[in-house]
Amino acid sequence: MTTSNYATERETTEGKVFTVTGGDWDQVVSGTDPINDERIVVNMGPQHPSTHGVLRLILELEGETVREARSVVGYLHTGIEKNLEYRNWVQGSTFVTRMDYLSPIFNETAYALAVEKLLGVTDDVTERATTIRVLMMELNRISSHLVWLATTGMELGAINMMLYGFREREYILDIFETITGLRMNHAYVRPGGVAQDVPDDAIRKIRDFLVLMPKKLKEYENLLSGQPIWIERTTNVAVLDVTACVALGITGPVLRSAGLAWDLRKTMPYCGYETYEFDVPTHTDGDVWGRYLVRLAEIRESLKLVEQALDRLKPGPVMVADKKIAWPAQLAIGVDGMGNSLEHVAKIMGQSMESLIHHFKLVTEGFRVPPGQVYVGIESPRGELGVHAVSDGGTRPYRVHYREPSFVNLQALPAMAEGGLIADVIAGGASLDPVMGGCDR
Amino acid sequence: MTSPNDRNNDGGVPVPTTPAGASGTAPAEYPPASPAGRGMFGNQGTGDVSGYGGLVRQRKPIEEAARPYGSYFDEVRDALEEAYPAFGDAIEKVVVDRGELTLHVRPERIAEVCQVMRDDLSLRFELLSSVSGVDYLGADARRLHVVYQLTSMTYRRQVRLEAAVSVEEPHLPSVTAVYPTADWQEREAYDMFGIVFDGHPNLTRILMPDDWEGHPQRKDYPLGGIPVEYKGAEIPPPDRRRSYQ
Repeated sequence: MTTSNYATERETTEGKVFTVTGGDWDQVVSGTDPINDERIVVNMGPQHPSTHGVLRLILELEGETVREARSVVGYLHTGIEKNLEYRNWVQGSTFVTRMDYLSPIFNETAYALAVEKLLGVTDDVTERATTIRVLMMELNRISSHLVWLATTGMELGAINMMLYGFREREYILDIFETITGLRMNHAYVRPGGVAQDVPDDAIRKIRDFLVLMPKKLKEYENLLSGQPIWIERTTNVAVLDVTACVALGITGPVLRSAGLAWDLRKTMPYCGYETYEFDVPTHTDGDVWGRYLVRLAEIRESLKLVEQALDRLKPGPVMVADKKIAWPAQLAIGVDGMGNSLEHVAKIMGQSMESLIHHFKLVTEGFRVPPGQVYVGIESPRGELGVHAVSDGGTRPYRVHYREPSFVNLQALPAMAEGGLIADVIAGGASLDPVMGGCDR
Repeated sequence: MTSPNDRNNDGGVPVPTTPAGASGTAPAEYPPASPAGRGMFGNQGTGDVSGYGGLVRQRKPIEEAARPYGSYFDEVRDALEEAYPAFGDAIEKVVVDRGELTLHVRPERIAEVCQVMRDDLSLRFELLSSVSGVDYLGADARRLHVVYQLTSMTYRRQVRLEAAVSVEEPHLPSVTAVYPTADWQEREAYDMFGIVFDGHPNLTRILMPDDWEGHPQRKDYPLGGIPVEYKGAEIPPPDRRRSYQ
């Protein structure tokens, strides 16, 4: 029998037993503190289930403590702003809707409001169109917050919350499909109004949803609000006070969770929000828990707004009367989604050459927009969504810049994460609700 | 307040003068001509065959606003003039258009102006909402404009600051010390337009890859692209398509 450097052996009644010893490893490691001495750099993402899409975080860790955090964005940059400059003003709707894919209606509405302001037709937009916009935006806010709740739940370990959140969001996407023909990327809100009227079927679905959603909200609260793990993972995590928020340009639920009731729907109203009855929920702790409560409360406020908008929906046109801006035909949804109005096609092909020419010019060439620049900010689910649009007088945008709340808010990540634990990076990042499609555009 | 060589029109938004299309509202440039003609249908003219686009439109130029500006704009100007001794030197032009106030600021003064706008008690523009770049190629000698949207949360007001720099000397001070939120937005403007913000803590590309060459949102940035065949027809790349402007 040979003696081993690594293990001694002895006979017992159970059989031969080896005792493994570490040689001189005890001495080797005795001088170091494995928790704190080593600073390691961890590259998290861009492919990581907890970073909300293709966000890359470079974390310098000491043990589990984050010493430095830097975020790297741009992986989803698709040049939407540049592309806009090579399409006419109406076609722009189809691009901007794809930026922040969780809140397409907001992207479209902000763009439409900016183009309308450039055209000087803001006051000509019909009441029904404005009400439909509000209705759609608030439904979209609910669906966006549901995705936030779902993904954040998943990232903090509540997988069932993810399933419930996406399940209820599907109701809203179904409503959107009934109204616009598409679940996402609608291009529904156009400069001058909306693409088509809301069908009666959709009204019924929305009414059903208004009954269903409060019950579901109660379920979420029962599931999460008293849950010890959820509370532990969110309270006093990733705290950002009002000063930090304003300095870093953070708006939306994150700012409101710190205690400042800054909501553009109240402070700088647009689309007639000043005439609706709703509250701006706030919290004072400025932590992930506060943001959770604020978003839940915002879903309730949005439900109130949807109900009011439904009640106000009076019959009327959904596009401005100016035929130099509005497309000549109302689109009709065919069995395959979007389609043309057969009645209109019959008219322009059979009876009216002028209409045909007009239609052709307006669709291919588009309308001209007087030169100038405007900035329009609206309250998206993530904060101030601003559109800076410049026209040189032509049929295409000269420049459109999106002030994307995801992009601006992500700057707060180092402030939230540094000095905390690595697990709180996930909670903090999730609480910002970044959507990389919007961030990178 | 307007320096003599910086613009060729009085508008707050310079409008390109060359090449003038049929309507005089031409974009920065036409697609390059080829032996087959220009654009999708191979014609040599303006691309317009109906005569509709040939109408010369009279545009109302956006001029320097005369007082009173209306709304809260006079108050903002007075407050800034009082709080900022170098007002006359720093502000090149005041434009009021579509219910929005734009102060054109001499680029080297932009950080100072922002500081006053933020700190003065009667101005209090606490939030820098947005920073964006615009390239006015062919319309302005200092063709790269940086546009700052300031929001006063106290008074619920908005003001736009605009600073113009040239491509040869695309430098202006960073406002990150005043508004930390400008960090990424200035990086974006640098990335897309090549505007250099002096004093920025980390002026690197943010959306494009680090080794990218050129600044894509400049108007003279080549678009490239290849023709694509779709259902038997050939769709030319974007800069070879028919231009309606």
